[in-house]
Amino acid sequence: MSVRKNTSRFARAVYVVDGARTPFLKSKGKPGPFTAANLAVSAGRPLMVRQRFLASDLDEVIVGCVMPGPDEANIARVIALRLGCKEHVPAWTVQRNCASGLQALDCAAENIASGRSNLILAGGVESMSHAPVLYNNTMVEWLADFSRAKTLGQKIGALIKLRGKHLKPIIGLIRGLTDPIVGLNMGQTAENLAYRFNISRTQMDEFALESHRRLAYAQDQKYLDEIEVMYDYRGNSYNQDDGLRRETDLVQLAKLKPVFDRGFGSVTAGNSAQVTDGAAMLILASEEAVKKFDLPVIGRIIDAHWAGVDPAQMGLGPAHAMAPILQRQGLKLKDIDYWEVNEAFAGQVLACIEAWKSDEYCRNELGLDGALGELDRSRLNVDGGGVSIGHPVGASGARIVLHMLKVLQRAEAKRGIASLCIGGGQGGAMLVERVSGVTP
Amino acid sequence: MKGKKAYKHWRVERDEQGIVWVYFDKADSNANSLSIDVLKELNGVLDEMLTKPLPAGVIFLSGKSNGFIAGADINEFTKVKNYDEALSFIQLGQNTIDRIATLPFTSVAMINGFCLGGGLELALGCTFRVADDGAKTKLGLPEVQLGIHPGFGGTVRLTQLIGAPSAMDLMLTGRTVNAKTAWKMGIVDFSVPTRHLKNAARSAIMERMVRKPVKSSVKFTNSALVRPFLARIMRKKTSQKAMREHYPSPHALIDLWRKYAGNPRAMMQEEGKSVARLVTDSTARNLVRVFFLRDHLKELGKLPASENKIFNVHVVGAGVMGGDIAVWCALQGLQVTLQDRKPEVLAKVLQRAYKLFDKRLKDRLLVQAAMDRLIPDIGGYGVERADIIVEAIIENVEAKQGLYRSLEPRMKPTALLTTNTSSIPLEILSQALKKPERLVGLHFFNPVAQMPLIEIVTTPRTDPICAQRVAAFAKQIDKLPLPVKSGPGFLVNRVLMPYLLEAVELYTEGVSQQLIDNSALYFGMPMGPLHLADTVGLDICLSVAEILSKQLNVKVPNVLREKVARGELGVKTGHGFYAYSGDGKPTGGGSASGKVSKDVTDRLIGRMINEAVACLREGVVTDADLLDAGVIFGTGFAPFRGGPMQYVKDNGTNTYATRLHDLQTRYGDSFKPDAGWSKLANQS
Repeated sequence: MSVRKNTSRFARAVYVVDGARTPFLKSKGKPGPFTAANLAVSAGRPLMVRQRFLASDLDEVIVGCVMPGPDEANIARVIALRLGCKEHVPAWTVQRNCASGLQALDCAAENIASGRSNLILAGGVESMSHAPVLYNNTMVEWLADFSRAKTLGQKIGALIKLRGKHLKPIIGLIRGLTDPIVGLNMGQTAENLAYRFNISRTQMDEFALESHRRLAYAQDQKYLDEIEVMYDYRGNSYNQDDGLRRETDLVQLAKLKPVFDRGFGSVTAGNSAQVTDGAAMLILASEEAVKKFDLPVIGRIIDAHWAGVDPAQMGLGPAHAMAPILQRQGLKLKDIDYWEVNEAFAGQVLACIEAWKSDEYCRNELGLDGALGELDRSRLNVDGGGVSIGHPVGASGARIVLHMLKVLQRAEAKRGIASLCIGGGQGGAMLVERVSGVTP
Repeated sequence: MKGKKAYKHWRVERDEQGIVWVYFDKADSNANSLSIDVLKELNGVLDEMLTKPLPAGVIFLSGKSNGFIAGADINEFTKVKNYDEALSFIQLGQNTIDRIATLPFTSVAMINGFCLGGGLELALGCTFRVADDGAKTKLGLPEVQLGIHPGFGGTVRLTQLIGAPSAMDLMLTGRTVNAKTAWKMGIVDFSVPTRHLKNAARSAIMERMVRKPVKSSVKFTNSALVRPFLARIMRKKTSQKAMREHYPSPHALIDLWRKYAGNPRAMMQEEGKSVARLVTDSTARNLVRVFFLRDHLKELGKLPASENKIFNVHVVGAGVMGGDIAVWCALQGLQVTLQDRKPEVLAKVLQRAYKLFDKRLKDRLLVQAAMDRLIPDIGGYGVERADIIVEAIIENVEAKQGLYRSLEPRMKPTALLTTNTSSIPLEILSQALKKPERLVGLHFFNPVAQMPLIEIVTTPRTDPICAQRVAAFAKQIDKLPLPVKSGPGFLVNRVLMPYLLEAVELYTEGVSQQLIDNSALYFGMPMGPLHLADTVGLDICLSVAEILSKQLNVKVPNVLREKVARGELGVKTGHGFYAYSGDGKPTGGGSASGKVSKDVTDRLIGRMINEAVACLREGVVTDADLLDAGVIFGTGFAPFRGGPMQYVKDNGTNTYATRLHDLQTRYGDSFKPDAGWSKLANQS
């Protein structure tokens, strides 16, 4: 059963050599100490320094990022050059909202599989605290008029027209987290799922509490060794995810007011992913590169899948993205040793579990013969997830794949799936296997 | 302009627009400098130019890639024997530049790279100056650093061009400015990227640009009305940094300007006379000596032909020294991994780094690039990739040896291994290595960013290639390597310690702190010994003294132990030999202009020099020049005195030895002349 040759989606084998991430830092409502590029460089520098090859030996750099800063156009190139890749190493940025980091890994895997590249630095980054605050259009128009005003009289005339409405900013983060087609914000899509699958506030809060409990345990056991200490320029160091609430309990979680559907909703800040800054970077290699540089490997990327769902129920994306992989690979739920399903919202992960348990859902929506079964929650997000760790949108996809490989290593297990729901109504999933060398 | 003449140092080309391009490319030299030969030829070039038909204009530019003109030829300066010879050289330069200034057509100096001293004076003689805005371009009149002041009309032309306050500041400090600053100050007319440099020079001629008349506000700064007042301010500021008795040239410059700025012709003549006087003075002679000593040390840092430059540095230990070494290397363009167990210690280093980079590099992107090169490395990932490892952990034999054992198998076979130890013999540390010959001492001084010297410490067993490569590394990071033999205190600390201990001894005898420090400052030391001890930290002084006292003829004064026991450690605890307020300045600290005692000076300097003679006898450094270089660049020993051995020579070796004898009879055996004196006396 365990020997599965040539089942990879990829024509040439794709190996994961190493990876590192920054601590994830919870946004404090104002720009945090790190820009997106600084985050990615903080993760990438220690990673590159410990390799047996140089940054300039990379064939390309691919980075997922949803909202790079204004100084970070094609942020992957900025990161690559700052990491010491010479001019000749091309770099490109990918964007698939919440799965941008996973998209970067998939693109890297495809390019290795096709033989286009042999050695790629790929990952994701997001500095959500640095999301732009923009002038609204009335202000932009006023500014254009003002700059055209030549005489003092014209300038005064323009100044007189300035009103309070001109100064109302557009918060980039809120716009980014609102679906542009159906007009719901992401929290409201989670409310939809709670309603549809009859998931209670308590269930969500219990899930959230468990996420914190698991992260606390993982930190205590020093399981999160993919984290590299990060330093700002003001004399501070950061060595752990700081969104963890060790002291929280169900009573405290229950006190929180719903933030998206105020009044009667059940999705709160406590059972949603945290707005966070962070980066995760991985090194992917072909067999050729592994042999050329004599690289150790920690895993293989076997398969990946992308699915589309109703934007108003985007949280079901993982159910739709993971199922085809299981089908294609002929795997049952029990064949997967561990699962990482990004916790955008506690209710959304619970909805995916419910969907797979439902004969009706699996038949009608996934085109299967019947229910896939019940996902074992003791093997799902074993060291916490977005609710406790945070969800820097561009970075999470890379984080969960990297951490999945770490979990497989620790448990000496074989196979894991990492998956995310994606704003706009999509899901992405990646199947990985632990390997310790290139021998098939 | 028929029949092109051939020149040794100049190349003259006339283009189709009638512009004459005069390339300066000094023969048999890496850099352009103005010698008698060069100036004589330039007069020939001017003669040729003035034959009809006249050119549309002339552009002076460099035929070398590294810069325009570095200044007057310093080698030629050292050959000048007397006042008259000096004056005739100066007048040749003045007259030549005067001829450029009175050409009947437009002249342009096209500046890229350095444009210093006589080079800038030549440029100031031109109608226009255009400068490349790249990082390599530096303009300035640094003559005061060699004990003179500008002598080819620079004092006259610059003060007239940009006004006295900024012109005098530039000349009195000798600092250089980049093209953009020079443009803001009005020294150059255009600061442009390389791609526009020739166009700008050409346009100045072809578009018949006319200089705007000098602003009246600029003229006002040179008027008889304000000169006495401004001169007083300048004198006060200058005296704080350089006493007239030690450094006469800035004071002579102020006098020159105050007396003659109203009459350019007279000022030109007096400028020449003033420089001719200064050139023959001992200060200028000694400062030129220091200049050559610096070059000599740089030469010692030559990279062996078959070896590669350093790219990756790994520093172990992020304390004050290790951290600052790592920061400095990153500033110098190297990729640095800095290993320490504690993230919070590394974080503090990065904070220091950011401050230094911001101050030195200014440009946001350059600062970011430097920060990116400095990689905190808790995991010690950088060892395998490093071309050189600098160990700067605690002064503990077991800790260092243990570290070496873990490093050696992981290092590249060609990687250099160095230690910043100041007190543990290399012979002991290297026992931990399979290849003990690869360990070289790399002794930095605190504060790393300010101290130019590094002692390169070796034992007879050290691989000479390794030592040479380490010296080359020192030069690569813009420091001066001084090869020294392994031994207690190496050179600098060993020479410094008796001087500091004598100061403590004087203090114990009841001499006031101020009198002690004043007497050293008056001699020309950069800081009084007690203030210095407080700055270094009395605990550190004590521990170095204890180590040295075991091996050398020095006694540790009790008062030092007592102060350390009381927790009076100097600046860092706010109390040592002085009390310190928040700004780190001592209350009632010494000053060179305060009360001094010749006897105190003699005791302080005498012990230092006696120890220097001992070092020379033992071969800690190979010769007196290196000793002087090490003590000047390592301790700041009065540069205008040319170093301790030069000072002895100037006083007469026997005379000085006798003075020590005299001190010995009065103050005891710590002044007993070292056995090395007899050999010295025989040599002289």
